[in-house]
Amino acid sequence: MRRSMLFLPGNSPNILLNADFLGSDAIILDLEDAVAPTEKDSARILVRNAITSLGYTREVIVRINPVESPYWQKDLQQIIKVKPDMIMPTKVSCAQDVKIVSDYIGQMEEEYGIPAGTVKMIPLIETALGVENAYEIASADPRVTAIFLGGEDFTADLRCKRTKGGNEIFYARSRMVVAARAAGVDVYDTPWTDVEDYEGLVEDAKFAKSLGFTGKSSISPRHIPFINEVFSPTEEEIQYAKDVFECIEKAKAEGKGVVSLRGKMIDAPIVARARQVLEAAEAIKGGR
Amino acid sequence: MSKLVSNIKEAIKLTGLKDGMTISFHHHLRNGDMVAVMVLDAICELGIKDLNVNISSVFDTHAPFIEYIRDGVVTGIETDYMGGVVGRAVSEGIMNKPVTFRTHGGRPSDIIRGASPIDVAFIAAPTSDCMGNCTGKTGKSACGSLGYAFADAMYASKTVVITDNLVEYPLVDYSIAENYVDYVVAVEKIGEPSGIVSGTTKITKDPVGLVIADYAARAIDASGLLVDGFSFQTGAGGASLAAAKYLKDIMLKKNVKGSYGLGGITSYMVDMLQCGCFKALYDVQCFDLGAVESIRTNPYHMEVTAAHYASPTAKSSAVDSLDVVILGATEIDTDFNVNVHTDSNGYIMGGSGGHSDTAAGAKMSMIVAPLSRARLPIVVDKVLCKSTPGNTVDVLVTQRGLAVNPLRNDLKDRFKDAGLPVYDIHELKEMAEKLNGVPHKPQLGDKVVANVLYRDGSLLDQIRAVK
Repeated sequence: MRRSMLFLPGNSPNILLNADFLGSDAIILDLEDAVAPTEKDSARILVRNAITSLGYTREVIVRINPVESPYWQKDLQQIIKVKPDMIMPTKVSCAQDVKIVSDYIGQMEEEYGIPAGTVKMIPLIETALGVENAYEIASADPRVTAIFLGGEDFTADLRCKRTKGGNEIFYARSRMVVAARAAGVDVYDTPWTDVEDYEGLVEDAKFAKSLGFTGKSSISPRHIPFINEVFSPTEEEIQYAKDVFECIEKAKAEGKGVVSLRGKMIDAPIVARARQVLEAAEAIKGGR
Repeated sequence: MSKLVSNIKEAIKLTGLKDGMTISFHHHLRNGDMVAVMVLDAICELGIKDLNVNISSVFDTHAPFIEYIRDGVVTGIETDYMGGVVGRAVSEGIMNKPVTFRTHGGRPSDIIRGASPIDVAFIAAPTSDCMGNCTGKTGKSACGSLGYAFADAMYASKTVVITDNLVEYPLVDYSIAENYVDYVVAVEKIGEPSGIVSGTTKITKDPVGLVIADYAARAIDASGLLVDGFSFQTGAGGASLAAAKYLKDIMLKKNVKGSYGLGGITSYMVDMLQCGCFKALYDVQCFDLGAVESIRTNPYHMEVTAAHYASPTAKSSAVDSLDVVILGATEIDTDFNVNVHTDSNGYIMGGSGGHSDTAAGAKMSMIVAPLSRARLPIVVDKVLCKSTPGNTVDVLVTQRGLAVNPLRNDLKDRFKDAGLPVYDIHELKEMAEKLNGVPHKPQLGDKVVANVLYRDGSLLDQIRAVK
């Protein structure tokens, strides 16, 4: 269950120390934008040691530098050996970008005796070309289990203003969702950047959910409870899902082939959706 | 009859103050207080020495005390709290006689029962009339409640009111009445407003503090105490305020109508009053301008004396009816004893204030603290100073989870049922030590620099000089 992902700077020991307790389902330890060029090497070592020694229970994603930078291979050299759950390559614009990183991860896995394909990928798509190529990126490599929209860089590339209303990223969001679902992977929404505007955050997250996003990322720990709530199934949804399965059981017992609930036929997509809701509800039981 | 005296020096002469006597001050003007130093300056000019100063709290603005200690003007200090500047000097052994630390409830208790007599009380009053009816609610130096000053005014042999807002007789809505006041002095300025109260107190933005606050609020929700009639006290620290904010949300969602909020009052508690979370606020001290405004204008926001707040020898005090208190700690040991007097190097930088009073009175006392501070684990084998005994502390809340005093297994079960992460306190200590290592204990000397009295007047611990 991955509703929320929290970006955390990879060069801040105190943040890394507490990363596991901030409530997000996944933590993104950042070696890219949050880290100045002069601190890239120390951040890599810090993140590597944090993953080794802190015993994170959340899913660990490491955001590495783009393939056109001189840093990404060094990032992977330090990070792959401590087996993060996922690598987030940045400025991914085509399938080739994914393959380059995936191949290098493969080399590192071999070098450190890690079974091939252990480390997954969640490409960060943040260019116009990347959005246009979203499907080929999402289906480029078996390591890719999700794709991620970076709204800030994307709008810069579009040469338009990033607004709270988000009309400028509407197409990109929809295209990303369709591409991800077509490729059979998850899809994550860009962070809400106004740290103090919780109402705006909730509206934005609800909208992303309505489009089909699996979850949303955040740059502020204070946003996490709101994101988790939006992307958690509601009591009503959970009850409906339970009713669906109860209804199916009942129909089976009665030997009925066609099942309907509240006047609506229960077909395969409804069952699949109900299963997802119940699995999600189980995964977050009692948690933050 | 006139009680008005032209200046402080004249007032001191009229009180008959002599070498070896005890004078007292309150700390409602906090770090903006100018009165204590003003009075000591006058005393020094009069050549009076060897005084015992009983002041409800010592702040850094009282740094000139250090010179008066060196000069022999001040030879004894009794207080409930001591900030880092004077605290450092005391810890380095500047005084021959140990400082006496009391609690906010123990101080009025000892004054009232005669265990801690005061010869002359100097009451800084933001507004007074010429006969000494005075209040903290109005005036340019308004500080709100004068709760800690009542016992001083009522039980000192002589009481001098010092004000920078002399108003026409009679002052309406006074706090301390004229029948306790011997002399009144008007001065230009009793305090620096910026140090008296902060403009606003703010909840923490620190994500770790917010996690702790969230757990604290959820623990209160799970405790079984959060029902109609609920009473609550919290500190003014960022995480404590955040916990109050989260608690407010829960109370509003569950439509819980509390009875009273207690203690040092902040705008957040005022907000809870206004939202209907409490019927009333009992205010011994205002922490910010929002609280000052509220106590001045809202009759359900009431001033209480320190004795009413927390005296263990009163017929009853408000802490006795308290359901939940949220408190801080510099250290807590595996027996749940809490240190709020010294830092990890053994230097005095605080004091009990109402810590042990509320811990003793409340049905559930909670300590909120990060698992480690500046790479020092918060949980230790033995605290450097026992400020509050462990048998009155019920829960420790950290960002990793909660530890419950084994005396309160009832709470432990409730927290677990609510899905809160509950650990043994030794486990929390190990988690912190795994990350930080085990720090060396500071080397302390033999000289006792302070005696820490429990609220009943018994000796709880002694603080030794640093080497």
